[in-house]
Amino acid sequence: MAVRGLRAGYAGGAPVLKGVNLDIREKTVTAIIGPSGCGKSTLIRCLNRMHEAIPGATADGEILFGGRNALELDPVVLRRAVGMVFQRPNPFPTMSIAQNVAAGLVLNGVHDRSVLAEAVEKSLRRAALWDEVKDKLDAPGVGLSGGQQQRLCIARALAVEPAVLLLDEPCSALDPIATGRIEELLLEIKETLTVVIVTHNMQQAARVSEYTVFMLMGEMVEYGLTRQMFTKPVDKRTEDYITGRFG
Amino acid sequence: MKRHFDGDLEDLRGRLLRMGSLCEEMVHYAVKVVVERDESYVGDVQAWERQVNAMHVEIDDVALRLIALHQPAAGDLRLIAAAIKINSDLERVGDQAVNIAETGVYLCKEPKIKLGDIPRMVEVAAGMLKDSLDAFARGDVALARDVIKRDDEEDRLKSQTFNELVHLMQRDASAIQRGMDIILIARNLERIADHATNVAEDVIFMVLGKDIRHTAGEIEAA
Repeated sequence: MAVRGLRAGYAGGAPVLKGVNLDIREKTVTAIIGPSGCGKSTLIRCLNRMHEAIPGATADGEILFGGRNALELDPVVLRRAVGMVFQRPNPFPTMSIAQNVAAGLVLNGVHDRSVLAEAVEKSLRRAALWDEVKDKLDAPGVGLSGGQQQRLCIARALAVEPAVLLLDEPCSALDPIATGRIEELLLEIKETLTVVIVTHNMQQAARVSEYTVFMLMGEMVEYGLTRQMFTKPVDKRTEDYITGRFG
Repeated sequence: MKRHFDGDLEDLRGRLLRMGSLCEEMVHYAVKVVVERDESYVGDVQAWERQVNAMHVEIDDVALRLIALHQPAAGDLRLIAAAIKINSDLERVGDQAVNIAETGVYLCKEPKIKLGDIPRMVEVAAGMLKDSLDAFARGDVALARDVIKRDDEEDRLKSQTFNELVHLMQRDASAIQRGMDIILIARNLERIADHATNVAEDVIFMVLGKDIRHTAGEIEAA
């Protein structure tokens, strides 16, 4: 996935993204960090066109995905390939655990029970949740703990076999144990898909990502290997941010 | 924005510099035992070594606490990593000073012997130690590079001293014990210069993020 000259904003407001260029490497975890209001959530939401779901929101430029500009694709088709997990776990409240995981497949026309059952198990295993829920797949998804609900949402996103998984501060509402599970899970799934995570937690970015993007006031200040960014950043603004001198 | 953490890092830096200046004093006093043949200095050197050992433990403790509590990154992390390594080098400098002083005590009781290039070795090693610590205090990469370059001079002087003392011992068997002691002192001084070189390399890492250890001839590129 590659972003070229991406500008985005909200109705009547100043531009939030001011011409962002970025290459997201396949089958790696890329973390986006930056202070509040820097545009990191807007950027990640542009990647699967969730940004446009906000009335009056604008986005132009290019998001190259599979050789095409994602901004010109059907958003529904794009979101099948580019899944998203949000800050707060949001299982469908009226659905069971299994139904939650299968929801995307059902919407895509898959109704074969054995196919669905297989996909549910596979996705729950990939999301490291299977062992905890295999005996209560028909229980409501909202009955799980916060950390389990978030892994359920990841399983739901994985069920449609996306090429890219976007996570917008997925652990900010979770305790350290649940956070640790999600981080372990990300390190596992990156073998098979591309992960982009927005996080306020710089240690989390350092732990889970191979590449880090530092955003500031709608611009990408620095992009590089995480291990380099956290030991020897190139830009002084990056150094100041990751050492807590501002933000 | 001034952080509380900056105060903690300053404290770490200050502790290391105090330890460094104590090590410098130890080297000066240890050498006096040998050059001035005055064993009265050995007591101070031994007492300071106990202080240096205590500081060694304290500084490691402070550094580990800062890592555990603050999860430092970038320049902060490099400073703490350099401080841990410099701490070990300084503690070893203290040990070498004690070795010199204690060998000197034996020599004080024996007839005088030629010191070879020991006085010049002292000058070079003590200068390197002082400048490496100044480079650390100021984050001065140019001075750190200069320290590293001077290590070759110390190695050359050590070889010269070895040769001179070996010839002396070949001619005079009664000088063998004393000659061996001077060779040991030359070795101690050369090790002090090596530790100063390590400190200088750590300063370059701390400031530039470049690890130049084991890259002879690439100092200029750093």
